[in-house]
Amino acid sequence: MNLSMKWLNDYVKADMPIKDYCHALTMSGSKVEGYEIEGKEISNVVVGKLLSVVPHENSDHLVVCQVEVGKEAPIQIVTGASNVNAGDIVPVALDGSTLPGGIKIKKGKLRGVESNGMLCSLGELGLDKRDFPYAIEDGIFIMQENCEIGQDIKSAIGLDDTSVEFEITSNRPDCLSVIGLARETAATYNLPLNVKAPEFKGVDGDVNDFLKVDIINTEKCQRYCAGIVKNVKIEPSPRWMRERLRASGVRPINNFVDITNYVMLEYGQPMHAFDLRFVEGSHINVRNAVNGEKIMTLDGVERELTDDMLVIADEKKPVAVAGIMGGEYSGIMDDTATVVFESAYFEPTQVRRTSKKLGLKSDASSRYEKGVDRLISMTCLKRAFELVELLGAGEVVNTVIDCDYTDKTPASVDFSADWINSFLGTDIPEADMIEYLSRLDFKVENGKVIAPSFRIDIECKADIAEEVARIYGYNNIPSTDFRGVAKAEYTKEQKFIRTLRNAAVALGGYEIATYSFVSPKYFDKIKLPQDSKLRKTVKIVNPLGEDTSVMRTSTIPSMLDVLSFNYNNRNEKACLFEIAKEYLPTDEEKPFEGGSILANSNKEKHRYAYSLPDEPQNITIGMYGGDADFYTLKGMIEQLLDEMNISGVEYVRAGDCEVFDEKYALHPGRSAVILKDGVHIGIMGEVHPEVQETYEIGVKTYVAKLNIAEMMSCAAEKITYKPLPKFPATTRDLSLICDDETPVAELEKAIKGAVGKILEKVTLFDVYKGKQIEAGKKSVSYSISMRSHEGTLTDEQADGAMKRVLKALSAIGAELRG
Amino acid sequence: MKEQLEKIEALAKQELDSCTEIKALDDLRIKYLGKKGELTAILKQMGKLSAEERPVIGQLANKVRADIEEALKSKLDSLKADAQAAKIKEESIDITLPGKYAPFGKLHPLTKVENEIREIFLGLGFEIADGPEIDDDYHVFEALNLPPDHPARDTQDTFYIDGTDETVLLRTQTSSVQVHVMENQKPPIRIISPGRVFRSDAVDATHSPLFHQIEGLVVDKGITMSDLKGTLEMLMKKLYGNDCKLRFRPHHFPFTEPSCEVDISCFNCGGKGCSMCKDEGYIELLGAGMVHPKVLENCGIDSNVYSGFAFGLGLERMVMGRYDINDLRLLYENDVRFLEQF
Repeated sequence: MNLSMKWLNDYVKADMPIKDYCHALTMSGSKVEGYEIEGKEISNVVVGKLLSVVPHENSDHLVVCQVEVGKEAPIQIVTGASNVNAGDIVPVALDGSTLPGGIKIKKGKLRGVESNGMLCSLGELGLDKRDFPYAIEDGIFIMQENCEIGQDIKSAIGLDDTSVEFEITSNRPDCLSVIGLARETAATYNLPLNVKAPEFKGVDGDVNDFLKVDIINTEKCQRYCAGIVKNVKIEPSPRWMRERLRASGVRPINNFVDITNYVMLEYGQPMHAFDLRFVEGSHINVRNAVNGEKIMTLDGVERELTDDMLVIADEKKPVAVAGIMGGEYSGIMDDTATVVFESAYFEPTQVRRTSKKLGLKSDASSRYEKGVDRLISMTCLKRAFELVELLGAGEVVNTVIDCDYTDKTPASVDFSADWINSFLGTDIPEADMIEYLSRLDFKVENGKVIAPSFRIDIECKADIAEEVARIYGYNNIPSTDFRGVAKAEYTKEQKFIRTLRNAAVALGGYEIATYSFVSPKYFDKIKLPQDSKLRKTVKIVNPLGEDTSVMRTSTIPSMLDVLSFNYNNRNEKACLFEIAKEYLPTDEEKPFEGGSILANSNKEKHRYAYSLPDEPQNITIGMYGGDADFYTLKGMIEQLLDEMNISGVEYVRAGDCEVFDEKYALHPGRSAVILKDGVHIGIMGEVHPEVQETYEIGVKTYVAKLNIAEMMSCAAEKITYKPLPKFPATTRDLSLICDDETPVAELEKAIKGAVGKILEKVTLFDVYKGKQIEAGKKSVSYSISMRSHEGTLTDEQADGAMKRVLKALSAIGAELRG
Repeated sequence: MKEQLEKIEALAKQELDSCTEIKALDDLRIKYLGKKGELTAILKQMGKLSAEERPVIGQLANKVRADIEEALKSKLDSLKADAQAAKIKEESIDITLPGKYAPFGKLHPLTKVENEIREIFLGLGFEIADGPEIDDDYHVFEALNLPPDHPARDTQDTFYIDGTDETVLLRTQTSSVQVHVMENQKPPIRIISPGRVFRSDAVDATHSPLFHQIEGLVVDKGITMSDLKGTLEMLMKKLYGNDCKLRFRPHHFPFTEPSCEVDISCFNCGGKGCSMCKDEGYIELLGAGMVHPKVLENCGIDSNVYSGFAFGLGLERMVMGRYDINDLRLLYENDVRFLEQF
């Protein structure tokens, strides 16, 4: 909403500095986005009168003017314009003046003749013909305004207004008007508000001879006021009206259109003026449309209507979509003779739904759907007629139509100063509260606050508390320290994630944040088979683009995108992690969250109409460059799991896994599923060469994903201290030869089983293939540490254990290396 | 014999003086004090002395031995000290060479600031609540006093989920967690809820279709608007220092009444007005207010008994203010050179 300060001053004397004004209104609840001072670039330009115009002695296209500018003596100005004559009233830029575009005017000599300023054209003042239709574009602006010689040009031509831009919240449509903001201004500064009831004289006549109105749907259209202007004269509206419309951001058109806009801006009530010629049968019905009925709206689009829409119709056809837009022929034309003015109240939801369904918005619809003052229709009709008479635009028939089905009961709320103070934490005297409320047109009677009809937002005590608080000043409310104690701690899950996140950082991971929605193209990019369950996604109906159109079912593609971004930004290496969600559609019935009854009453909870997707949380890890390989990633995961108290984890080939379809994105020989007692904790491995290429990463890349809920289910709750050893350990080293295919995990398992209780630690220290080793075989070396808590191990005990080990290893085809 | 002893002492001391190596000291010890040493050789001649002379010379010989031993020891100490000093000097290194790094990563700046806020509220007895990111219309709008056809819904730019008749959506605000908490928990309630929210805003330097909010909710008997002000002032002073000032401006949110927007004194100019704050002196920080009675009632809480306040702040804005980041996109591009700065 752009407010003309000149217009505002019709109703309240707001002569404070503009910056102070903007701040004060912002702090009382009408937020100012900015302000624009018209003509602020123009200074030291005055109205002048040409006393004489004589040819320049050294030029045949210049003239020398003596100009009276309200000073003791006239000044001399040389100009090249050809449209000037003695006696003309013109804008004069004096020596040292400024003009729009940062132009500065200084005195000087033109072909040897002194010139003490410049005569201005419309363009040089930042104006055009729309502002002064009588002026010419390419010449000096010869003024026909009522002004004085020497007067500042800005006041002389009305370029002295200031336009303030307000951001009006959706609960205060009454402030989308000059009077509404005048009321807020008056309340903020405690100034008198002067709004007079409009009056018009009219000419004798019976409106019923011209027009008949019937409201069929009195619920959706609760009031319809109409009147007639005959013998109309369509012409431009006067300068003051054009200026105010311009300052409000509305383009002047002609006197009738301008009047409807003027009243709308002034009172917030949309008005409609239309030509009586096109109302067939001179009969208006406000009714629901018939399914399939059509109307060509003013914007030139044919629209098909449905029976839940409200129309203004004549006896044959709709002439307007109620509260939204008129039909093609309903506008005012140059030959219009008789005009119908409409001022009506339409129910907000009706307008909103129709506007949304038709995809059609207008100034009127945006006001109606927020809610206009339902009691103001007749006042605004009268205001329009007052303006018609003021402008001499036609003869107003002195009787009007008023179909009124509005409920006139005002909104009222219990008033308790004590409650308001206890709610705000203030100590405002009751009398002050009542005074604040009266400034806003509220009345306090018999323990009730009665809201004015334009305040559609008042429903409860808290609404009144807000009115009091904003006039009292939010910043005058004291601040109190938080009282009382409450027990709070992180939940088990929150603690787990905190530890996990810190561990990932300690292991060299940089945390990333990626979007939850992705492109469905990622299915193919990570080689998912057509029937993969990961292809079943939660889809967004109205995404910003294909790139962000589905909720991700795997966090791995997001990680690959970031790795690729970093690689292509020439970052040599990266080790990244993210703790974030995946979104998996579910068919499960999930009608309630928790129990079915609210915790705080016996009422039943809201029931979900659709089951919500699962949102499992993962830690995703990705790396390339540096010393990144399969075992670097595995080491990081092992250390993470250790920190999270998860032990006894197995790594099995991902190929057979049914749980993680991300396996298709990984190298089949270099990927593993992480299992603990049958729980699938996660998947890890080297990115499949094809996928790596698809993501345009030029080096081997490694990713992993671990499900946090599964990790938590596997984590030991309790750590039990083991006494430090009292007796020395005995260590035996062992070099074995076995088939290359044999996983070392199998050897370790055999060793552990064979040594038994006295085993302390098995450490793999070498794996060797090549010279001296038969093809298809490998050499594996272990250091086996044994210890007893009962005494120092004897050689016999240690040797015995090693014999058992060799036997067990031999059973799986591993022999001592000779 | 006396002269001989004195000569030995003098010679020994002379030799000691010119000795520069610890190893040579041992040779000297053997030469003078050893079993076959010079002093021993002289003492062997003691028998030839008279009974009167013997104790005198014996005493002198002992003194000479003690003196030489003493001199040997002090020379040894001094040589050791010299050697240590030389070694230390030789071991001097260039302390400006770079340190050796163990791998260590970084938290994302969003996490860092979120953690700070979590810790502050945890200290005040606020629990951390979570809620679904994909939720239904009821929890995100309707229960929060945004019934269907409410004009404020226009400003929310909601993403809807396919096949749900626009009833399931990506939450546009963490305020939905308020509803979940109040449906399932009795007052006193003190929670914050950090999380992702989604709005269909095209990506640019200050907009992202995904961003993070931190919701706060307090419900109890006797909660006032001055409690809200005190809590937010305390939070901002902890985050931005004691000099920051807050400004509470009336605003409208359907789920709070009274509602306010809260501005903080400009980080750049401190309130005087500059280009960063568009000459306002303040920067918009968050929205807040007293929980609307209808919201309490929708969740089954008696608004005649309980009152509450709520606030929602945008994490990205706080992170950008904190680290002078001028482009929101950097937070989601995750360039390692960006991440390593925090």
